[in-house]
Amino acid sequence: MIYRTLFPRDMFAELDRLQRDLAQAFELSPSIRGTARGGFPGVNVGNTQKSVEVYVFVPGIEPGDLEVQLEKGVLTIAGTRKPPFSDGSGEKVTAHIDERFSGRFRRVIALPDDLSPDAVEARYRDGVLHVSIPRREAALPRRITIQ
Amino acid sequence: MTIQTQTHPENERQQPESCLLPPVDVTEDVSGITLYADFPGVPKERLKLQVEAQTLTIEGELTLDVPEGMEAVHVEVAHPRFRRVFTLSKELDSERVSADFNQGVLKIRIPKTAHAQPRKVSIQVE
Repeated sequence: MIYRTLFPRDMFAELDRLQRDLAQAFELSPSIRGTARGGFPGVNVGNTQKSVEVYVFVPGIEPGDLEVQLEKGVLTIAGTRKPPFSDGSGEKVTAHIDERFSGRFRRVIALPDDLSPDAVEARYRDGVLHVSIPRREAALPRRITIQ
Repeated sequence: MTIQTQTHPENERQQPESCLLPPVDVTEDVSGITLYADFPGVPKERLKLQVEAQTLTIEGELTLDVPEGMEAVHVEVAHPRFRRVFTLSKELDSERVSADFNQGVLKIRIPKTAHAQPRKVSIQVE
């Protein structure tokens, strides 16, 4: 027996899907890897003259469980986040809200060409993975003196 | 007769600036409620937790080490502030809330008051 409600139970999922569809329809040239917004983990990317800085928002993970790979100018971040309910004490636990992502994730970020992949630095602090990739020496802006 | 004009602090308060809603998990067992919330990039000292009357407020300020002169080219976490408010129910003991913050995940435990612990209710059928 199913007690029906006025609204479908996963109304928010439906709205989410609708929003994604709209975003895809209106974005004139979407990225080949789809619209990334709204996925897990969130990613911010910034440029400086000397480097490209990538911030990946992956809270609650052991740094050892994160895989960071840089290959052919493509940065891949993958890992697994465990659900919090698996304490498994056999006690009855009811989940009232379940919004946090759990399971396997993977984000792929295409980087500019002028980077030197040998000098990558990755740090994990307060749930944020910060990857800093310096630009190649030759690509750094240089002041040209006029004779 | 004098008319007193009083300014209410509530009215003077500025519009709350926009902030991000941290995703949460809430679970309940016989002795209480556990809440998990994601606050990535928030250091411990920038996390604020408040229980007032029946309201639980969790707030955090994002702090990233950003090199000088950085220009953002792709932004998904767009606000420096996380905030979320919950209304507690009265069988929860707001005096004994405990919290733990580790790698951007906040865990809050709110026990139930002693008299709210479960009791078996026997049903009589006539």
